[in-house]
Amino acid sequence: MFQAFLIKYGEIGVKGKNRYVFEDALVKRIKEVLRPVDGHFQVTKDQGRIYVEAVGAFDYEEAVSALRRVFGIVSICPVVILEDCGLEALTQDVLDYVGKLYAGQKKTFKVHTRRANKKYPVESMAVNAEIGGKILEAFPDLSVDVHHPDIMLYIELRSQIYLYSEVIPGPGGMPLGTNGRSMLLLSGGIDSPVAGYMVAKRGVCIDAVYFHAPPYTSERAKQKVVDLAKEVAAYTGPIRLHVINFTDIQMYIYDQCPHDELTIIMRRYMMRIAETIAKETGCLALITGESIGQVASQTVASLAATNDVCTLPVFRPLIAFDKEDIVTLAKKIGTYETSILPYEDCCTTFVAKHPVTKPKVELIRKSEGLLAEKIEEMVAEALAGEEVLEIR
Amino acid sequence: MEAYLDNSATTRCLERVTDKMVEVMRADFGNPSSMHTKGVEAEKYIREAKAFFARNLKVQEKEIYFTSGGTESNNLALIGAAMANRRKGNHLITTSLEHASVFSPMKYLEGQGFRVTYLPADESGKIRTEDLKAAICEDTILVSVMYVNNETGAVQPVDETGKLLRESGRDILFHVDAIQAYGKYRIHPKREGIHLLSVSGHKIHGPKGSGLLYVDEKVKIQPILFGGEQQKGLRSGTENVPGIAGIAEAAAACYEDLDGKVERLYQLKERFVEGISRLPEAVVNGETGRGSAPHIVNVSFPGVRSEVLLHALEDKGVYVSAGSACSSNKPSPSHTLTAMGLSKERVESALRFSFCFETTQEEIDYCLQELSELLPVLRRYVRR
Repeated sequence: MFQAFLIKYGEIGVKGKNRYVFEDALVKRIKEVLRPVDGHFQVTKDQGRIYVEAVGAFDYEEAVSALRRVFGIVSICPVVILEDCGLEALTQDVLDYVGKLYAGQKKTFKVHTRRANKKYPVESMAVNAEIGGKILEAFPDLSVDVHHPDIMLYIELRSQIYLYSEVIPGPGGMPLGTNGRSMLLLSGGIDSPVAGYMVAKRGVCIDAVYFHAPPYTSERAKQKVVDLAKEVAAYTGPIRLHVINFTDIQMYIYDQCPHDELTIIMRRYMMRIAETIAKETGCLALITGESIGQVASQTVASLAATNDVCTLPVFRPLIAFDKEDIVTLAKKIGTYETSILPYEDCCTTFVAKHPVTKPKVELIRKSEGLLAEKIEEMVAEALAGEEVLEIR
Repeated sequence: MEAYLDNSATTRCLERVTDKMVEVMRADFGNPSSMHTKGVEAEKYIREAKAFFARNLKVQEKEIYFTSGGTESNNLALIGAAMANRRKGNHLITTSLEHASVFSPMKYLEGQGFRVTYLPADESGKIRTEDLKAAICEDTILVSVMYVNNETGAVQPVDETGKLLRESGRDILFHVDAIQAYGKYRIHPKREGIHLLSVSGHKIHGPKGSGLLYVDEKVKIQPILFGGEQQKGLRSGTENVPGIAGIAEAAAACYEDLDGKVERLYQLKERFVEGISRLPEAVVNGETGRGSAPHIVNVSFPGVRSEVLLHALEDKGVYVSAGSACSSNKPSPSHTLTAMGLSKERVESALRFSFCFETTQEEIDYCLQELSELLPVLRRYVRR
């Protein structure tokens, strides 16, 4: 029955002169997500609103689920489009609509008419009264509440008539591409995909880097990360995934440095490498899934020691989240199932039995001095050997 | 160089097998149930396959049923036999060494009210017939024992079991999962007292998705698939004619000069085991002599997690299986090795090497060479 969607967006509305930038980005992203959906769609900006109209038959469920992945959308209203055949015909159509959606439900409603077509012969208040009255007569279970109605029935009188009342929540946030690009350190775990999702939700495009350590991590572990990137890309648009072979660096650190500092030093090198790629590819920040105290390498002291090597800002959107809350989010965005597949990632392979939890930056730097002979060369080699995958 | 030593996972199709299958799929593609010539032509392949297996197993053609593979054969045999005979009793016996396609149906049957005894294994990975004898009771209706263990190559006392069941004077059905044994051993169910026998195609250079179940004509089992009543109603569904032609062709190839080929396999296995014994701290799990299967060796490399060694070997072009599907998130150590009473360290460092008739001495030597180079390196980098 629905032929169109009215897209409502929140924060963009308050932007100043560059508001069009945000709206255009939103329109662009909506067109992108609708491309694989069955049907043909027209997306138009009109007086501070965005309309998605289907031309001909389309897959409603698929379209809604695609739109629900577009950052910047606060809500999606499915719209019934009617030809203007006079008030009597309109009233009948509205009654049919209400009958289909709300018959037999004990709810309150309000009719809200917008007369965008000023040539429409009846004024909006009169339309409200006429149609509201007919609804009350036809559906005894419905009653009127003009202040807090359960159902807000919108009637927009344009060249055609738009009728809508259902509100499907969108993800909120800002349209993709309105805030540059950042580099996500993506592992196979639960946290990092969620972190990428959260930052992308603020309008930031995402690229990702994954460190693998064959033979300690398998081809399947890498495939798992590719699958996760794909799941995140459903929200964030295409992700360029940089795969770095980290085995030699890891072994070298293992050979040279104190074992309780392995993880910290390893993470510092991961950050350095991620930052190098980020700068080369025009990313403005790094993103990690770190959360205070989750593991030894994520105590505040450890985070400080890791952060010590970065010059770009590092976004840690999960920093104050409990694991449970992260899991809930991962389930909501659909990455959880993949995240818990049992493949070893390279952080756990060499982890010491009792890693430091309060590393001192000076001591860590001193330990890294033990790597001086070969590490630069090894990092350069790892970067040169990177594999880049376009994930969409 | 490449060495594919994971033939108990699956084998490569023989060319004569794929040729035959292409012929069925392109030329004689009819539905064997069709009344016209096309159907008759397709049915011919099924008749030929049945005739071959009947000769090969020394059974009747009408006792052969084609399935989608080992898992279906085992499911059909166990669930079909248990359900059809539940009036006679509700006790089933199997071993603690079985493949999941026996183990899981048993668990399912437990949920359906059956009682299942899982026979323990000794250190060599075999059951003891005394245990079996002790487990049999009034209510026992079915015993299921695998012929060759898929992880260790241990050969179970199938002959003795059949004899014991026959001599017990009770009406107990005997199912044998011969998926790893068929193609290496001459199996004659009538002589061994086997009523139900499962075979898979892709373990013997046939296609995946092909298998068969031998069902003794005197045995009543009920179907687990329902539909067009093909194969006397026991296995509905249009017959997988290319698969059936393929498994028969593969089996025929296996049994040509079987003794010579098996002898060569044993020699390869002995060479491999000998090489393993020269590696420090490597230990073979289970028996390795002529009493064990010619194509499977299970080895533990204490100090190196099996998954890591597997990937390191893979990097050198050597393909093997981990004795345990162990991982950081969900450790699930091999129940076969655990049932043999092996230590956690041995279970978690176990690899399975499995050969086929195409395996060469060069592949064996290459694998041993790579192992001797990789192990010292991998042992240096362990969790401390």
